Amino acid sequence: MAHLIDRRENARNKSAVNRARFLRRYKEQIRRAVHDMVSERSITDMDRGGNVGVPRKDINEPVFRHGRGGDHEIVHPGNREFTKGDRIPRPEGSSGSAGSEAGSGESEDEFVFALSREEFLHIFFEDLELPRLERNLLTGIEQSKPVRAGFTTTGSPNNLAIVRTMRTSLARRIALSASIKKELDAATAELTRALADEQPQGEIDALRERVAALKHRLRRVPFLDEFDLRYRNRVSVPEPTARAVMFCLMDVSASMDEAKKDLAKRFFTLLYLFLTRKYEHVDLVFVRHTDNAEEVDEQTFFYDRKSGGTVVLSALQLMAEIVQGRYATGGWNIYAAQASDGDAFGADAGKSARFLAERILPLTRYFAYLETPDEAGARMSSLWVEYQEISVVPGSFAMRRVTRRDEIYPVFRELFRKDVGAAAA
Amino acid sequence: MSFISTGADWDFELIERYEQAIGECAAEFNLDTYANQIELISSEQMLDAYASAGLPVGYPHWTYGKEFIRNEQSYRKGYQALAYEIVINSDPCIAYLMEENTMMMQALVVAHACFGHNSFFKGNYLFRQWTEADAIIDYLVFARRYVMECEERYGHAEVEAVIDSCHALSLHGVDRFKRPQAPSVREEQVRAEARRVYDQRQFNDLWRTLPGREPTHSTGKKRDFPGEPEENILYFVEKHSPRLESWQRELVRIVRKLAQYFYPQVQTKVMNEGWATFWHYHLINRLYDKRLVNDGFMLEFLQSHTNVVSQRGFDERGFAGINPYALGFSMFVDLKRICSSPSAEDRRWFPEIAGTDWNKTLDFAMRNFKDESYIGQFLSPKLMRDFHLFAVADHETETELFIDAIHDDNGYRRVRKLLSEQYKRENSVPDIQVVRYERDGDRSLTLRHFRARNRPLMTEEAREVMKHLGRLWGFPVRLESMGADGSVSDVLESAD
Repeated sequence: MAHLIDRRENARNKSAVNRARFLRRYKEQIRRAVHDMVSERSITDMDRGGNVGVPRKDINEPVFRHGRGGDHEIVHPGNREFTKGDRIPRPEGSSGSAGSEAGSGESEDEFVFALSREEFLHIFFEDLELPRLERNLLTGIEQSKPVRAGFTTTGSPNNLAIVRTMRTSLARRIALSASIKKELDAATAELTRALADEQPQGEIDALRERVAALKHRLRRVPFLDEFDLRYRNRVSVPEPTARAVMFCLMDVSASMDEAKKDLAKRFFTLLYLFLTRKYEHVDLVFVRHTDNAEEVDEQTFFYDRKSGGTVVLSALQLMAEIVQGRYATGGWNIYAAQASDGDAFGADAGKSARFLAERILPLTRYFAYLETPDEAGARMSSLWVEYQEISVVPGSFAMRRVTRRDEIYPVFRELFRKDVGAAAA
Repeated sequence: MSFISTGADWDFELIERYEQAIGECAAEFNLDTYANQIELISSEQMLDAYASAGLPVGYPHWTYGKEFIRNEQSYRKGYQALAYEIVINSDPCIAYLMEENTMMMQALVVAHACFGHNSFFKGNYLFRQWTEADAIIDYLVFARRYVMECEERYGHAEVEAVIDSCHALSLHGVDRFKRPQAPSVREEQVRAEARRVYDQRQFNDLWRTLPGREPTHSTGKKRDFPGEPEENILYFVEKHSPRLESWQRELVRIVRKLAQYFYPQVQTKVMNEGWATFWHYHLINRLYDKRLVNDGFMLEFLQSHTNVVSQRGFDERGFAGINPYALGFSMFVDLKRICSSPSAEDRRWFPEIAGTDWNKTLDFAMRNFKDESYIGQFLSPKLMRDFHLFAVADHETETELFIDAIHDDNGYRRVRKLLSEQYKRENSVPDIQVVRYERDGDRSLTLRHFRARNRPLMTEEAREVMKHLGRLWGFPVRLESMGADGSVSDVLESAD
């Protein structure tokens, strides 16, 4: 007789662990593929999963096998016209007939497979973090975490501590029935003696009744009483959390042409994805500026096509105002990323740099400046030159130049890799 | 009796009734099987099972992830259909049935796996000798837990490196012959006692008076170790590697044990599939004879069956070598024919089985052969004609390929011999053995490839494998190659 088991409801993803191992093993190759993908994608579908390829030679597992050469024969079915001794020219390229298993049909040189969105983003932002984030701040909005705290006598059924409950039940049953048992033993002994001594029937009946009554009482001791129930107790303990705000400052002046804006937006898209994915409680403030700055929502920030003159200082001033207004108290970790082509007129560059050094940097944990010049070899912009003086002092300021799409991801990784705070120059 | 089912939908009760009915038919033919355990699974679970070589539990490793991704890709894109079932050589015999199958498919699969493969696992000598059906699942659970514990203790990368290296050598981690059991202490004592008694009895004081020979100084030539070449490389590594820690040795052992578990399967592919196909064909036909299934069921069945046993010619589209189902099935059917209605030719070729009880003869064949010997013994001229078998020779010294033999009177024996050799393990797995371990020297290990008919190794891959071996061994390893004339050449060395 067969034993039938329905396994369809069992876990389906048994191979997930092995798949994860595969991804981990080929992380380098996959990261390279992801990197290439990012520079090809449009901004809107930056965070999709996608197909990545790993060179097939990297994942092959070698075994000893026969190569080309030597003598061998192979038997095939379906002969029509051959007779013994017929000669056939050696087929080109194939290593004779025995090699046919080796190729096994697949000759692409890449092993291509699909990454889910989650996996994609995971690889994307692995090893990145907000530098110098301070977590040990007890802030206004308490975050709490439930902690075990012994047992209680009340609670909801799902918290029932069965072992504890049974232990009390056992203790209670022993306590309640011990005296009855003792009496019962005595009564039974008496009854046996009475029966042996052939006491009068009346006495025996009375004894029998007594034994029955005692047995009844023993049975009445409940197996489980409400009194026995014990529940696991949890109390919530406030947990230190970190609160962070990221200011995204983007130059949208007329000198920022489409290509440069694309670069800047790509950078901010990565930043946005990174922060929303890795940190649940990060505020994002989007500021764009032409000759004056305004705070906008993300939709406008990424998709609106406003342009005009350039006053960098205005954005920094607005940021300072917003910090003053909203993030001055409560232990906020303040971050900012600024993207610009570096064009600044007259005294603007100098003023901006000074303002940044004196007013902004003391407030922020980390300030990243991304410049998108016309071409890689272009001379330093006025803003770059001024900012460079700040960066001489090592601290929470970092600046990079980007001219091509495929530089965005590496630069981004460089700016936000773990421990960058310590190394930031 | 009425039909067990008429529609395409299955449910548990129906599968149970089919299993019972098929079991009754199987009993009529004296099929001896383990108890059956039938498990219904979904296609995702089937993909999972694929990735772990069909085993229900496996240790975690990236190569299974790769396998899974590959299968999933090609399944999703529609390049590849999934198998209808997977059956595991265990006691009870576990068969996985896919939920997508129709009722007919489920019945076919029950007949194929739960009675065909099952009885083969229980009866065939290789399986009896090399696998312990009742212990394999427990061993897999142990292996999984052990590997995971090692990962926790020594790190993923360390464990992965060892297993990678073992996988590269797993084809050479198989015993082909049983090792003698090490004698127990008691046996040793008995033997020592016997030797002492013998010496005493042979004692002759005269020997003492003979002039003694000067004690010879050892000539400096150490004895080679191992005394005999060892073909189970992983076994040698496990027992003698100077560098491996005990947990690494255990990992080597796990991979080796699993390789050994699969050893009979690889060698009996044709027979095993042929046997199962032969029996599903007969058992389902028997159901039909008993009027338990209707004509619609039979038509659907015959269509699936025909697909399974179709053999394409070498020059047809979709040709992928000899279909083991087709060859195995035809051979068993042919064997039955030779037993029950032999022709004059059969009497000449198979005098000892022509006209015997077919059921007994098939049972004998199933129990005592593997693919190589089975084909060598039972492939009949009629079958060679039916399959139009011919042999192509590829010789180093010839500029062209040539036809060695075809299915005619001059060629039958030659074709049969060549086909049989094609299923020899040595044909696909090069003969490489451990010949020297410099125990007292630089601790290097030397492997020797015994070149059969001058077939070389794929050098690039061999170099990679040697790197893996070097990692396991921890000291220099080298690979030499020996031709038929005994000349040793082609030394491939890798420092550790």
